[in-house]
Amino acid sequence: MEKRKVVHPYIPNSVPEVQKEMMEAIGINDIEELYKCIPDELKFKGPLNLPKPLLSEWELKRHVDGMMQENASCLEYLSFLGGGCYQHYVPAICDEVNRRSEFLTAYAGEPYEDHGRFQALFEYASMMAELLEMDVVNVPTYDGSQAAATSLRMASRITKRDKVLVLGNSNPDRLRIIKNYCHPGVEVEVLPFDLETGTANMDLLKQKVDENVAAVYFENPSFFGTVEAKGQEIADLVHDAGGLLVVFVEPNSLGVLAPPSRYGADIVCGDLQSLGLHMYYGGARAGFIATPDEERFVMEYPSRLFGIAPTSHKEWGFGDVAWERTSFAKRENAKEFVGTAAALWAITAGVYLALMGPKGMEDLGKGILQRTRYARKLLSEIPGVKPVFPQTPAYREFVLNFDDTGMDVEEINQRLLEEKIFGCIDLSKRFPSLGSSGLFCVTEIHSAGDIERLAKALAKVIS
Amino acid sequence: MGMDMNTKLRDFHQARWDEPIIYELSRKGERGILVPEADQVMQSHDEGLGDIPEGLHRKEPPNLPEMGQMRVLKHYLRLSQENLGADLNIDIGQGTCTMKYSPKINDQLAANPKVSELHPCQPEETAQGLLKMMYETEQYLKAISGMDRFSLHPGGGSHAIFTIASIVRAWVDSRGESDKRDEIITTIFSHPSNAAASKLKGFKIITIYPGPDGRPDIEALKAAVSERTAALFITNPEDIGIYNSRIKEFTDIVHSVGGLCSYDQANLNGILGLTRAREAGFDLCFYNLHKTFSSPHGCGGPGGGVVGVTEELAKFLPVPLVSFDEGSGRYFLDYDVPCTIGKVKDFYGVIPVILRAYAWIRSLGDEGLKEVARVALLNNNYVFKEILKIKGASAPYAEGELRMEQVRYSWEKLTKDTGVTTTDIQNRMFDFGVHYWTSHEPWIVPEPFTIEPTESYSKDELDEFLAILRHVANEAYTNPEIVKTAPHRSVIHHIDHDYLDDPKKWAITWRAYKKKYTGYFEPKERKDG
Repeated sequence: MEKRKVVHPYIPNSVPEVQKEMMEAIGINDIEELYKCIPDELKFKGPLNLPKPLLSEWELKRHVDGMMQENASCLEYLSFLGGGCYQHYVPAICDEVNRRSEFLTAYAGEPYEDHGRFQALFEYASMMAELLEMDVVNVPTYDGSQAAATSLRMASRITKRDKVLVLGNSNPDRLRIIKNYCHPGVEVEVLPFDLETGTANMDLLKQKVDENVAAVYFENPSFFGTVEAKGQEIADLVHDAGGLLVVFVEPNSLGVLAPPSRYGADIVCGDLQSLGLHMYYGGARAGFIATPDEERFVMEYPSRLFGIAPTSHKEWGFGDVAWERTSFAKRENAKEFVGTAAALWAITAGVYLALMGPKGMEDLGKGILQRTRYARKLLSEIPGVKPVFPQTPAYREFVLNFDDTGMDVEEINQRLLEEKIFGCIDLSKRFPSLGSSGLFCVTEIHSAGDIERLAKALAKVIS
Repeated sequence: MGMDMNTKLRDFHQARWDEPIIYELSRKGERGILVPEADQVMQSHDEGLGDIPEGLHRKEPPNLPEMGQMRVLKHYLRLSQENLGADLNIDIGQGTCTMKYSPKINDQLAANPKVSELHPCQPEETAQGLLKMMYETEQYLKAISGMDRFSLHPGGGSHAIFTIASIVRAWVDSRGESDKRDEIITTIFSHPSNAAASKLKGFKIITIYPGPDGRPDIEALKAAVSERTAALFITNPEDIGIYNSRIKEFTDIVHSVGGLCSYDQANLNGILGLTRAREAGFDLCFYNLHKTFSSPHGCGGPGGGVVGVTEELAKFLPVPLVSFDEGSGRYFLDYDVPCTIGKVKDFYGVIPVILRAYAWIRSLGDEGLKEVARVALLNNNYVFKEILKIKGASAPYAEGELRMEQVRYSWEKLTKDTGVTTTDIQNRMFDFGVHYWTSHEPWIVPEPFTIEPTESYSKDELDEFLAILRHVANEAYTNPEIVKTAPHRSVIHHIDHDYLDDPKKWAITWRAYKKKYTGYFEPKERKDG
């Protein structure tokens, strides 16, 4: 039987008659002539080792959906997992906007026919700027960790110093990204945190900060959820030595907590995931960097920066600010490098901030603080469970220790899973000084009933 | 009546809403969405901000707009209409970027809550479907490239290049050659990030220029290599759309001095399934999932850049990989990578983008993928022949040769004849509802433009784009003023670029604008001291 050629819906010109017509126009008899420049020994002749195609849309959908059916989502299980990726509510309008064809399928259009994305990204930066109380915010980079790493490289170039100090209560995966990104050229020294409080060890910082230090970096809240209250003290210390303060902040805490610019931060960075992005197994991220509107900062950004400009007809126009900094213009003589990163997620975060407004952000922050305190208290009352860093205020996340239960965290999590609960992130291997401890997370999606269900299950599991 | 099917020119005007800045739409007290309140039992434990020290309280609420929900929606929908996505466009004017069709079904598959509502730290046994998808995607990429192992982590092509530069750095360091092998060679028609990211990883950059046939000069490569060569970072076909037939000689030359070879295959569209990185002698390569593999470009991301390496270099890949345990029949996150560079990205990669690429490969299979490349070549050479007939247009290098999936053209003659530049042409193309890009800098090809038709557009659509281009080029000769003063029917008119490069004038946020200006760009008086 003769094999029928498939005319694929994604490839209109796979119609044989059309191909013939186009080949005639080109002056060839066979498409193969178009790649005769590939030497024979480099031509791949066999079939690619791929499964049979799922040609109809229905077959494809059934296959992929079927495969995903093997997953259990955080809508089916009750999850208390955080550690850098958070289950917040995503307003319907966020998805409505970022699924629009005009935004979803656009790319690198000019400020004329792609005016919309320039304005949406300028507005995103403008709302972030207000949340952060900083005058410059970039078009985002890949993720918060990339933003942190670039912030430190920027600090190094601004101060012309090649060493940075980072606090050990930072997200350990982020520190791995920072270390790789800063090598070679910028030395990254990790300073142990204060084991009592889970915050900065000031005595150690005082010893370490000197005129070789480009920047001190800390996260607020820290990886453990602890809120750093000594920001201004740290800022003064590093400023006195001629260095900069870089703070990684959770933007959704800033409806209630003071932005880092209020305690002396020079560069503020973070991730947008909590502002209207689904978790996607950790796959939806975007990193922001904010600074004052001073040339010494602005000219060190590798990112795109969109500015507002007048037009011949008195419209709002936009364009790239200081394009000549970028690797598009200057290749290896640019500031780091720039490329396709996460613009659509920034537009989405802008929609989120516009929906929330000042009151929404305040309600959100307050509600998360209330839930954090309630959960920490309720769970700490379970015999055998001890709060870690009990004296330090926490935002969204907190650490519990299980040494007295005689169980390791892995086992506790396994038993909670049987109760359809994703319990906590196991800290015992990465932070052995904390003993058998786990990191719990609550957000505005958790009701008192959810937290009580966890408490009941945990009590049962460890009794 | 609709467009004239003979001239194929539309009486087009883009949506022009004259939409205010979002802050101008704010009305005190309005709400866009309400937040679930803490239950009573949780509130009773709390006074205000509880244990948060006074000094850390936010004193004034953030100055965010206050808007009802429909108003927010309408604002963003209007902005979306003032944006010309690929779905509305014959988007072949953005060469090198492979603006192909992104199937809607794949967006739907990625939006499944069984994908979007998964936490990266949930037990692996509850994420087997997703892990299997990632594992299988890697197997497909291995088949397409001939490489031995892939990382799916990087968030875009430049990020993939950075990851590769990090691997080369780790490889050099691991051999104790950190001070000796400190040079990376690239070509001027390779993406600028090849040079920029390599520099960031501490390498000196040597750039090879093309010979008369447009291909990188092999004699220049021979002169450039030495025991200092850490690696070659090269694209093929390069941005100008000419395939370098001697690519294997290039990799042999670099290997002969002990260096590595990295293949920039961000855009694989012209050679997909026809020739592979492995046979061309490469040690590393990468693909952009938002180019060849159809994931939408999202106004500039989220994208995906997957990095493939040979067995020898797999030990340097970022952690974790996704592996399969035969014993238990389970997929797992594999942190056993002995010389890993660590991490380059949070968690495990841009999952919705990876899933779309998976679905796209599955929908086409072996024959479909090869048809993609074959039709991309066919479409491009059809357009190539037609553009060369347009007065004032040319395609420098390799005269008489056909091209691969894209061509870098020049308006040098048209500019000389008429004074109309490629930027003017660009602005005029918008008036007919199509996008058009010039080229990466530096402009080695004078007054350049780069056209990449991909496999997605029908012959009729290609003819429509050509009709517009022909019309605008003709206008340059007959009515240059209309081209030079364009756009006329786009969203806005000529932008004053002085406001983008002067630190005193630029405003990167509304907050900064309000500090510098009042009304419509009226400078505020500066009160110094």
